[in-house]
Amino acid sequence: MAEFLQLTVYGIVLGSIISLGAIGLSLVYGILRFPHFAHGDLITLGAYLAFVLVTTMGAPVLVALPVGVAGTALAAVAIDQVLYRRLRRVAPVILLISSVGVALILRSAIQLIWGPSNQVYATGIQFPYRFAGVNIKPDHLIIVGGTILLVVALHLFLQKTKVGKAMRAMSDNADLAQVTGIRVNSIIIWTWIIGGGLAAAAGIFLGMDTRLHPVMGWRILLPVFAAAILGGIGRPYGAIIGGLAIGLAQEYSTTVISPSYKPAVAFALMVLMLIVRPTGLFAGRKV
Amino acid sequence: MSLLTVENIRAGYGDVDILNGVQMRVDRGEIVVIIGPNGAGKSTVMKTIFGLVKVREGRIVFEDKEITNLRPDQVVRAGLCYVPQEKNVFPTLTVEENLEMGAFIRNDDFSKELQKVYELFPAMYEKRRQPAGALSGGQRQMVAMGRALMLDPRLILLDEPTAGLAPAIVDLMFDNIQKINGLGVSILMVEQNAKQALAMSHRGYVLATGRNRFEDTGRNLLANREVAEMFLGG
Repeated sequence: MAEFLQLTVYGIVLGSIISLGAIGLSLVYGILRFPHFAHGDLITLGAYLAFVLVTTMGAPVLVALPVGVAGTALAAVAIDQVLYRRLRRVAPVILLISSVGVALILRSAIQLIWGPSNQVYATGIQFPYRFAGVNIKPDHLIIVGGTILLVVALHLFLQKTKVGKAMRAMSDNADLAQVTGIRVNSIIIWTWIIGGGLAAAAGIFLGMDTRLHPVMGWRILLPVFAAAILGGIGRPYGAIIGGLAIGLAQEYSTTVISPSYKPAVAFALMVLMLIVRPTGLFAGRKV
Repeated sequence: MSLLTVENIRAGYGDVDILNGVQMRVDRGEIVVIIGPNGAGKSTVMKTIFGLVKVREGRIVFEDKEITNLRPDQVVRAGLCYVPQEKNVFPTLTVEENLEMGAFIRNDDFSKELQKVYELFPAMYEKRRQPAGALSGGQRQMVAMGRALMLDPRLILLDEPTAGLAPAIVDLMFDNIQKINGLGVSILMVEQNAKQALAMSHRGYVLATGRNRFEDTGRNLLANREVAEMFLGG
């Protein structure tokens, strides 16, 4: 029982990180209609941008977080306006392939600047709290709490603000949004700010939970995609549930199979979902 | 002085011209209908006015301002709204959110327009918290028209407002169009229900293969034997 609860804790922590990535992926897909393969490397970028502040100024991770988020959001907008914007009128597959190119560029640049080896935000051991035989590290509480805050903020943004409503409108029907007078390009910029910002938060949380590495984001991209598809791609709320489901499934799977197969669990769930219910749990778009 | 003038436009997709010299005008307060066989370019006229299809020749003038090849959001700012055929609501947004989107370019208070739309379509007020995707076809059409009214436009373009509606609802929709016109909004619409549409319109255009074929008052077009044989089913 204690082991089950312990895995549940790990699953929720991992699920929170995956959710933050999957929300952005789902938003971008809903608005721009292409699977953004560089999303994993935005996750990495966010983690390293925060790392700069932590190492150069000795800032606590939580102080570095907003800077990493803002920097990554800015980078995402710049990539879109310089590259993806020129490709709006071509087939989505071209955008997909160019995003793979962006992924490689980002990863190589990160490796060039910060080196290919592992890095950590803080050295030393964090002593966990113990509740009924279950270990919970302070970082776990920060990750889950931070995710909850971000998700609530996203919810309020999408439901209450004019830009948030316009984002949902554009995800519903981009052509209609255009003839309604919605400034399509400014909504796209907002989408990248939010998608990139949440990806950075995912990366920083991932770095707190494990360590930083130039392929950390690329490695988590598969579970992130699985979560977005599970929740119905294009549906940010579905991505949250999808992320938690994938996170928990990956952790629970370690009781029966070797932990190195964790990504395979996400992949299997994604394939299963595509076969049984291609629109995802919450009836997103057909992939 | 016309509200909208379409001067001799040639427009189309890719290398193909759909419109080969269409001329049209809408005067203040008018209801003008465009009829014609499939493929005549009726919907393309609307899309071209709204900047969705590129004009290669000719010009479009709205209230002394040239709007040829402007972006759709710039056309909206000029005071022109467009209700496309079908898929013309945001299904996951509530009725009220759909109407708010109609006022997207406004930064001022639009509660007066919102109230006007609810007065015009009381059923929409009752359903304002429901997602528009859950409404019937006729109700969706009302949401779409209401959204267009949120900017208090001088002219609304309606692309087949009665497509796919039950006959009883079609009559209701034509009533609604006349009510909107009664508010002082000019209307340019494409319609398949040609007889009914001509009967309620001030003027009409018959298009064929991207050109003007006939142009007259609604009543005269209804009485025109050639038009009747071609498009009104005898």
